[in-house]
Amino acid sequence: MNFTEDLYREIILDHYRSKKHRGRLDPADYHREGVNPSCGDDIELFVNTDGRTITGISYDGVGCSICTASADMLCEALIGAPVESAVSLLDRFKGMLTRGEEPDFPEEAADLEAMQGVRNFPVRIKCALLAWDTLEQIIGDIRSQAAR
Amino acid sequence: MRAHPDSSTYPIEAIRSDFPILRTTMRGKPLVYLDNGATALKPQVVVDAEVDYLTRISANIHRGVYQLSEEATLRFDEARETVKQFVGGSDGEIVFTKSATEASNLVAFSWGRKLLRAGDEIVTTELEHHANLIPWQQTAAATGAVLRFPPLDEAGRVTAEAVESVLTARTRVVAITGMSNVTGFMPDIRRIADAAHNAGAVLVVDGAQMVSHHPVDVTELDCDFLFFSGHKMCGPTGVGALYGRRSLLEDMDPLIYGGDIIVRVSRESATFKGIPDRFESGTPNVGGVIGFGAAVRYLQSIGMAEIAAHEGELLRYAYRRIRELPEITVYGPAATGEAPASAGGIISFNVGDIHSHDVGAVLDGEGIAVRTGFHCAQPLMRFFGVPGTVRASFYLYNTAADVDRLVDALAEVRRIFS
Repeated sequence: MNFTEDLYREIILDHYRSKKHRGRLDPADYHREGVNPSCGDDIELFVNTDGRTITGISYDGVGCSICTASADMLCEALIGAPVESAVSLLDRFKGMLTRGEEPDFPEEAADLEAMQGVRNFPVRIKCALLAWDTLEQIIGDIRSQAAR
Repeated sequence: MRAHPDSSTYPIEAIRSDFPILRTTMRGKPLVYLDNGATALKPQVVVDAEVDYLTRISANIHRGVYQLSEEATLRFDEARETVKQFVGGSDGEIVFTKSATEASNLVAFSWGRKLLRAGDEIVTTELEHHANLIPWQQTAAATGAVLRFPPLDEAGRVTAEAVESVLTARTRVVAITGMSNVTGFMPDIRRIADAAHNAGAVLVVDGAQMVSHHPVDVTELDCDFLFFSGHKMCGPTGVGALYGRRSLLEDMDPLIYGGDIIVRVSRESATFKGIPDRFESGTPNVGGVIGFGAAVRYLQSIGMAEIAAHEGELLRYAYRRIRELPEITVYGPAATGEAPASAGGIISFNVGDIHSHDVGAVLDGEGIAVRTGFHCAQPLMRFFGVPGTVRASFYLYNTAADVDRLVDALAEVRRIFS
């Protein structure tokens, strides 16, 4: 695998091209925007939930292939999933990219392993994390809503 | 050298051998460095000058009565004299700062905040690097002055007429770049100086790109302030310079207070030295300034006119080659035609709708360094309607072969992302 292919694995490029989950949920129960000030990337995440399950999830915005593919993979992994599994997936994804942990994803989220190569490109880690950081905010919103 | 078949007198091989880093690789491939708009590579003479200070002199300036401190002061003052001869001006008119950005802030704070009043007008442009925009935004907010922007034409150029069209009796300052760090476009500073002065305004020129790549004389340009940065012209990072017209500098207070700028200090107050000393409080980057001086002498030994001509040849060649590729959008004055005369060695472009960071990452894998993103110029990105661009910027050591490597790698970009 050459240098560039280590970053741009085929699964990542597939999500970048297909943009399967791109779009805006309207209305959306939860909506947050994430911005990377250093590169200008800007991702909005939309989530609908019945309280336990993520019934709808999509993203929109401007970003590089790593950023938008990561958002697309996030949506693919979480559509129809329990809210609590979002918390666990978020932790594993961040663990893989920021704490050097080996990828450990459930089968339905196995595509996320392809992002492991981003570890070798420190300046691009924030690209891969932008949608996930935005998800973290939404998880916080969901919890504070539930606590009311 | 396909780029300049007629300029065989330009000593490209000798120049390249002055830069040790050009013999190294990046990602396992021979380095092609096309990010000169961000910072320039350093020739051995600059490294040697800074190392000589650190290893042999090391002492502080303006302090000790011993030999090493004397020599440090002497070398520091020599560098100031070198920079003064490089851009023109008289004794006292060259101030060392830590960066071009600090120099810009020095003008906006020490001149702007002191002398601007509510309702005064600041003319600046959407071409500006944030370093020549945000300080004026802040000064406007603090004084009640108003920002005015001349219209850009469709290619992102600002003409002298456009600047004239926004000048009024209330215009106190025109702050404009001498060369866009995004497109290389060079406004007609001489004519803008006349227009600004006729309106009673002061002209501030951001020379961070222009001074590194073109011959500049502050008397010919008739600018009132000109700031630039050492590291963009082969010097060390951490050093910038401000030229200021004596009468204006003398009206300005220090921006940073402390040692080395005072005449007398009591418990309650202090009085300050003249120019330029009062703007250089604290121990400066002595080795960096000495290295800056060495960089200027190095550029002078080659000749700024020769460097500008070399870059012009490369730019024309790059435009021709890059426009051969499908789906390339070029931004700036040459977007619709040949490389213009009034542009520095910068080409800004996108490949289809591929994000500039993706293009940059593939180029990185091919050993090619370019800048991607918004280039600290978000208003200009908004004007062009893109989140960012890929920018290749040339300098004295680049070659037509570098351009060929870039063009070949752009074909690889299309292969991966299409």
